[in-house]
Amino acid sequence: MYGNAYVENTGNNNSLTAGEDPVKLAEFEARIAAGEKIEPQDWMPKEYRRQLIRMIEQHAHSEIIGSLPEGTWITRAPGFRRKLALMAKVQDEVGHAQLLYSACETLGKSREDMINDLINGKSKYSNIFNYPAVTWADSAVIAWLVDAGAIINQLTNSKGSYGPYCRALDRICAEESFHLKYGHDNVVFLATGTPKQREMVQEAMNRWWAPLMHFFGPSDKISQHTETLMKWKVKMASNDDMRQQFLDMYVPKIWDLGLTVPDHNLKKNEESGKWEYTEPDWEEFKRVINGDGPCNKERLAVRRMAEEKGRWVRNAILKKDARYVAPLA
Amino acid sequence: MIIKSLDPRITRAGIDDESKDGTQQPLDQWHTYEVFQQKKRGTHHVHVGSLHAPDAELAILFAKEQYARRGQCVNLWVVKTADVFATEYEDEDIFATTPEKKYREPEVYKVMDRIQAFKAKQNS
Repeated sequence: MYGNAYVENTGNNNSLTAGEDPVKLAEFEARIAAGEKIEPQDWMPKEYRRQLIRMIEQHAHSEIIGSLPEGTWITRAPGFRRKLALMAKVQDEVGHAQLLYSACETLGKSREDMINDLINGKSKYSNIFNYPAVTWADSAVIAWLVDAGAIINQLTNSKGSYGPYCRALDRICAEESFHLKYGHDNVVFLATGTPKQREMVQEAMNRWWAPLMHFFGPSDKISQHTETLMKWKVKMASNDDMRQQFLDMYVPKIWDLGLTVPDHNLKKNEESGKWEYTEPDWEEFKRVINGDGPCNKERLAVRRMAEEKGRWVRNAILKKDARYVAPLA
Repeated sequence: MIIKSLDPRITRAGIDDESKDGTQQPLDQWHTYEVFQQKKRGTHHVHVGSLHAPDAELAILFAKEQYARRGQCVNLWVVKTADVFATEYEDEDIFATTPEKKYREPEVYKVMDRIQAFKAKQNS
């Protein structure tokens, strides 16, 4: 599950290629334009490597942290079948993190460094996981709509230029489709159930709408220039385009169940074919991503505890002659 | 402060949110293995990715969890990344063939022309 990379302010587009060999750069860009994949051993601009490391690493962290809000309900899932399915989904998310960490390592950042940057708060992860899953219905809405958003983002990114990332995403997308179906089944079950169940799922929808609108990242109007990153196929679609795609695919399905969305301005403009909505509160988004959300502290503390309490196991089986080699592809 | 969570497992674990002791040392996550998966008997093993493991036995276990959880798989290989020797993409030209070596290509052997000519001569 993943939203969108929070592209750092890198100044103007020229500074991304400053100091690069113009001949190699031209060859590199020609290969990408021709649809070729870049492999770890290939020459690449420093900024291409840096942006990809940040993006894949954020993606990996999001998978790990993303399993926490859903994991909240494993112990109290309503029934054995739901519990088994939720455990399988959470296991998938953790597995996705493993694939993504491996893909990121091919660019030269070690796994230990990535984990350290996560637990020390230096690296970001998808902001949506800083919100709590208050009831079982929240976990249903997460599995359906957060995963729906993630699939839009991941399918888009899987057409990018970096080979190991694309291959990891292909495997991940194949598994996400189970998550989406499972989540939809859960939401439909509640929405077509008793008045209490309907109320629960509507309340969860109300709680998750704002984080879902934030999910694809800041509006293109306030987002930095990403022209070069688009040309390098690091970033494949604009935040607003992905948000539009999400609204187009899922708002009708939400309304179909007789549920509402807490935004009175939300409607499709039939002339432009675009959805109109209240601009999400980007100040809130910034505040939460910088640490001041309802669950930021808990998420990182749980992660630190896992590393801390797992250390003796890792040490116990660590062989003395082990040495680190970055993966090949 | 001890964390009180919506998740009873986290509350029970009694985690201090000020704790900073999760820091990883080099090799904390062990070294890397490359994973090869065979989807069906009779097909090739195909490289599917890498993972971290302390030894080959656990690498196989992790490979099963990470790469063979859903998809079909009948067999797995793991190889230490350090033991893989590879060519460089920069040297891709070593795989190019030269026009002088056409005798190695199947399509240059056109016996049918000769057979037809021979038959035509026989019948004339």
